[in-house]
Amino acid sequence: MAGTSRMKQPASVRIVRLPCTGRINPLLPLRALEDGADGVLISGCHPGDCHYREGNLYARRRLELLQRFLPFVGIDPKRLRYVWVSASEGARWQTIVAEFTQQIRELKARGEAS
Amino acid sequence: MKIGVFICHCGNNISATVDVEQVAQHALTLPGVVCAHTIPHACSEPGQQLIKKNIQEKGLNRIVIGACSPRVHEATFKRVLAQAGLNPYLLEFANLREQCSWVHEDRQLATGKAIDLIDMAVNKAARLEPLTSSKVDVNKRTLVIGGGIAGIQAALDIADSGHEVALVEKTPTIGGNMARMDKVFPTLDCSACILTPKMVEVASHPNVTLYTYSEVEQVSGFVGNFKVKIRKKARLVDMEKCTGCGSCTLKCPVKAPSEFNMGLDNRGAIYIPFPQAVPHIPVIDKTVCSYILKKKCGLCQKICPTGAIAFEQQDELTEEEFGAIIVATGYELMDWTVYGEYGYGKYKDVITSMQYERILSSSGPTGGHIKRLSDGREPEVVAIIACVGSRDAARGRPYCSSVCCMYSAKYAMLTREHLPNAQVYIFYMDIRACSKMYEEFVQRAQEKYGANYVRGRVSKIFERNGRMVLQGADTLLGQSVELEADLVVLAVGITGTQSTIELAKKLNISHDEYGFLTENHPKLRPVESSTAGIFIAGACQSPKDIPLSVAQASSAASKVLGLISHDKLETSPLVAEVTILKCVGCFRCLSVCPFSAIEEQVLRDGTKVAQVNPALCQGCGLCSATCPPAAIALRGFTDDQLISQMESLCQLNPEL
Repeated sequence: MAGTSRMKQPASVRIVRLPCTGRINPLLPLRALEDGADGVLISGCHPGDCHYREGNLYARRRLELLQRFLPFVGIDPKRLRYVWVSASEGARWQTIVAEFTQQIRELKARGEAS
Repeated sequence: MKIGVFICHCGNNISATVDVEQVAQHALTLPGVVCAHTIPHACSEPGQQLIKKNIQEKGLNRIVIGACSPRVHEATFKRVLAQAGLNPYLLEFANLREQCSWVHEDRQLATGKAIDLIDMAVNKAARLEPLTSSKVDVNKRTLVIGGGIAGIQAALDIADSGHEVALVEKTPTIGGNMARMDKVFPTLDCSACILTPKMVEVASHPNVTLYTYSEVEQVSGFVGNFKVKIRKKARLVDMEKCTGCGSCTLKCPVKAPSEFNMGLDNRGAIYIPFPQAVPHIPVIDKTVCSYILKKKCGLCQKICPTGAIAFEQQDELTEEEFGAIIVATGYELMDWTVYGEYGYGKYKDVITSMQYERILSSSGPTGGHIKRLSDGREPEVVAIIACVGSRDAARGRPYCSSVCCMYSAKYAMLTREHLPNAQVYIFYMDIRACSKMYEEFVQRAQEKYGANYVRGRVSKIFERNGRMVLQGADTLLGQSVELEADLVVLAVGITGTQSTIELAKKLNISHDEYGFLTENHPKLRPVESSTAGIFIAGACQSPKDIPLSVAQASSAASKVLGLISHDKLETSPLVAEVTILKCVGCFRCLSVCPFSAIEEQVLRDGTKVAQVNPALCQGCGLCSATCPPAAIALRGFTDDQLISQMESLCQLNPEL
C-alpha cells in the first residue's frame, strides 16, 4: 500500500520478508544488531487480526521481553521497535519508518559526539 | 551453485529511480552468480524467454529476480522456472519497485538500496532447497454468506452447475437491500419483478440449503477444507408447521419500527419483513415481544391455526464443511446524522435515499404515494442532495459511493411520474454516469423530465413556515442560492458494515477502514480475498450498483467452480519441517500451533517426537521460533536463510 501509493520513505531501510511476526525468534533481531544493524523495526498485522490467527500475540510477548532485556546486554532498547501496521495502512507505515529512522540517526549522532 | 540474476526495468517504473545496469554489474561480482541481465519487462513473453534460455544454456540452478512486489509476479516467475525444468522454489524475489524505486527519489540512494536487496537475495538464494508440494482433497460444497442480489446470484450460478451450496443470511429473509428498492436504473424496471423470482429460485433449488436468520459463528480450516459453525438463531416459529398465513402478524399488539421500511412505519413483535419475503415465515423479535419480556400476551400462539409458535425454541449450532466461501455481505448507508447542517435527523421532511425508495414503492408504507412525513401533504418541490457522506474527506468519507448520481436522476424521473406538477432540484458536485446507458439516463432526466440540476453543495437546511429551506451555492453561476422545498432527499453515501468487519475477523480476510473487504489485487484478482479459497462479491468490496454486483457474483462463482473442479489441491511446500535427530519431544510446538498441524510421532525405539502434517500447516513459522533446540525449520524462511540475508546487508553498509 505504501509502495503502490508512492509514499516516500528514507532509503536506509532494508526489508527482510517473513511470513508472520510469530516466525521471529528473538535471537534474529539480536543477531541483526550484533551484525551491525543500527536499528531493527519489526512490523506485522495488528493483534487480533493475525493472518495466521495468533502468531503476533506470541510475537508481542517475545518482543516486549526482548526489548526489556536489551539494556542487560548493553544495547539501547531504542534500537528495537515493534509495531502493528496492516496492509492498508500505508500512511501509518510511512510515518513509523520516518520516525524510527530519525530516532536511530539521533542515537548515532549522540554516540559519535560522546 | 550457478545463480542467475535478472533485474527488471518495469518499463521505467524501476529504471527511472534505480540504475539497473549498475545493479546488474554489481550482481556479477557476487559469489555464485554466473550471469546478470536487465530486462525491460521481465514478466512479458521476451523476458520470460530470456530467463528460460539462460537457465537451459548456462545450467542455472538458483534464480534471483529483482522486480515488483512478489505479491504481483512471484507466481509468474515460479511458473517460468518450472517450464525451464527447474524446481520453482529455487527462486528468490527482490522487491525493487514497491519497496525501492516507488518510495525513494534520490537515484544514488535508491540504486545503493537495490544493490543491497539483490545482494541479500543472492545470499538467500544460495541457501534455497528444491521443495515439492503435497496434495489435499477438495470439498465440493460452497458456502455463500449474505443473501442479497450478489449472494443469490453466486449461489444460483454454483448450484446450476450441479454443486451444493449453503446460503447463509443473517436477517429473517433473503433479498438484501435490493428488495427495498422501487424501480432500478437505467431501465426503470421494478426491482421486485427481477429480484423476487431469483429469491424463490434460490430457495427452492435442489442444490441450495438456505439458512435465513443465521450467522457464521466460527471458521477454521483452509482452502478446499473449511469447517464452519453456523448459528441458526431461534425464530420462535416452527418453520415446518408454519404456513405463512400471517394472521399472527396482524394480531400482535406490539409495535416496533420496521427495519425493512427504514423506520417509516411499524411492524409487530412477530412479523414477516415484507410481503415477498423468502422464506415467507414470520419471526419473533425477542427484544420487544411481551411474552418473552413479561410472560404476558402470547396472542400469536393462541390464534396460530397450526400451532407453529414455539417460544421455547433455542438457537441451534451446526457444523458443516466447505471447499470454498463467497462473502457477499453488502453495504449500509452511512450515519448521515453527523451532518449537523442538515439537522442531525430532527426534520421529518429530510429523509434518506433508502427511505425515499420505500415511499416510492407501491408496497411501501405510503402505498407508493409521495407524501411528506410531517403532514402527509404531497410535496410541490422535492430537493435531492447528492454526495452526503461521499467524496467528503472532512467527514472521513473520501470515496465516491458510485450509485447516487444515477439514483438521484431516477428519483427525478419517478417523482415527476408520480407528481407531474412537482419540481425536482438536484444539488450535485459532479455527475458520474459512466456505465452503459447511464449518461443517456441522466440526459433523459434533465431533458424529458425537467430535473433542475444545481451544481454546488447545500450548506444549511432549516425550517420556515412548514417548508424546508436549503441554502447553498451554485458554483456554475458563482452565486449563493436559496430554495424552499417540501421534501428533501439526501443521497446518503454507502459504507461497509460493522458485521462485515466482525465476519472478516472470523474468516481471516482483510478489510479497510470503511468496512469494505480488500481484494487480493485491485486489477488482476478482484474477487479473491487475502485468504485462499475465500472470495468476495458485491458491495461488501466497494460501493457498487446492481449490474456490477451481479457481474462480480458470477465472477466469484466461476472462481469457486474453477477451484472445486479439482479433486485435489496442491498445498504450499513452504511449511514447517522437524529434524527428528534434534527434536527432544517437549511438544511446545504442538501447544502453540494455531492450525493443529503438529502431531506426536512415536519412533521405533519408543521416543516421542513432533511431526508436521503438511496439509494442515499454513507456514506461519510460530513453531520454528518456539522450538528450544531449533529442531523445526520453516522451509523458505529457515534461520540460516534469514541470517544470511541479514549478514549480507550488515556487512555491506557500515554507514548509511
